Amino acid sequence: MAPPGPALDLDLETFEGPFDLLLTLILKEELRLAEVDVADIVVTFAERLPEVRRLDLDACGDFLVLVGALLEIKARELFPDVDVDLAELSPEEAAEELAARLEAYRRIKAAASWLTERLEAESDRYFRLGPAPLAPQPELRLVPQEPAALAEAVRRLAQEPPEVSLSHMALAFPPVSRFVERFRSVLRRRVRFSFDEEMRTLSRVEQASAFLALLELRKQAELDIEQSEPFGPIGVRRLVVERSVA
Amino acid sequence: MNPVTPTLRLVDAEPLERLSRTLEALLVVASTPLSVADLADAAAVDEVRVEAALHLVGERYSEGRSGIVLERAAGGYAFRAARTEAAACARLVERPVERGLSQAAMETLAVVAYLGPCTRPDIARLRGVAADSVVAGLVERRLLVEAGREPGVGGAVRYRTTELFERVFGLEGLSELPRLDDLGDGADGIRERLEAVAERRPA
Repeated sequence: MAPPGPALDLDLETFEGPFDLLLTLILKEELRLAEVDVADIVVTFAERLPEVRRLDLDACGDFLVLVGALLEIKARELFPDVDVDLAELSPEEAAEELAARLEAYRRIKAAASWLTERLEAESDRYFRLGPAPLAPQPELRLVPQEPAALAEAVRRLAQEPPEVSLSHMALAFPPVSRFVERFRSVLRRRVRFSFDEEMRTLSRVEQASAFLALLELRKQAELDIEQSEPFGPIGVRRLVVERSVA
Repeated sequence: MNPVTPTLRLVDAEPLERLSRTLEALLVVASTPLSVADLADAAAVDEVRVEAALHLVGERYSEGRSGIVLERAAGGYAFRAARTEAAACARLVERPVERGLSQAAMETLAVVAYLGPCTRPDIARLRGVAADSVVAGLVERRLLVEAGREPGVGGAVRYRTTELFERVFGLEGLSELPRLDDLGDGADGIRERLEAVAERRPA
């Protein structure tokens, strides 16, 4: 009969197969050691021992070393922050800690088996499953109202609002053509003039209209506009020879 | 001095039957167990009268007398099918919540039921294996639910068992779980098992 050890066949919750394969999968990081129940491996090993007639001590030693290494790696994986605590424990304290944890786990395992039995015993209980029903929304209570007051409120809403007067916003834009003629007349007399000087006495609206006239004449290549800097004075220069009226 | 008290008592006796019908109606429309306080609020009566009327409902809807049974579950009262009708119910509906619960799931449920609210690292510490996927599965089955976080910045999420857990396992409340000391065979049992293995070994 094959000695227990690397040839050990395992049937764990997260793995089924030979111990060798389990080690390979863990080394290749295809199986998380944290998900593997190492105690189950040891129990399987212990259960196989009575079947062996001649105990191979070397194989057993190898197995113990491997399991010890697995436990250490798993402990680091599960509890990365408690290395210091474990290192500070004496062997006796560590054994005590281990025994306490095993005892706690034994109780939990017993509780789980009680729950399993309970579930089995209750398997013939059928009941409705569903989300909790919605509770009705609380009613919003209004203080008593007079019907006449409601009618009055509606009547006020139905009235046409008074027309808003825009008279104060009235702007009289002078025609652009007026300034076109004026600039042509100025340029007949002078080769260049200052737009700012010429417009100084006008209102802002008239100035706007005059500026449009200036742009229009620029488009028609009758004059050129110069401004040395933004918001600086605008100079106007005649481009065409005076048009012959005749 | 109020001279009408005796008359009120007479009027009181009759509506208990009437109240029991109201409670039946409430229990039929609810999909989760209703506490005495829930029933009293909905029926607009006091809790003492609800308890008295529940007694009547319980007698009417009991195993052997009706296909519907009133049971105490998850801290309240609910209707369920009679156990004798389980076979017919099984042909109509499944019980997906508890189907295929693994040993790992049972152990995790046990940890949270006894020690909850507790975190996944707490569960891993007790079981010796990581609990992440098992806990996620139990949350999906609505047997576990998040219950806040550990104190401090970035504290781990805590979990507790749900009302559905109590209902599925037929518990009136978590206090119905047996004491941990009463469970299992203890250190003596473990020693006996080890000795049995030793005896099987050839000398």
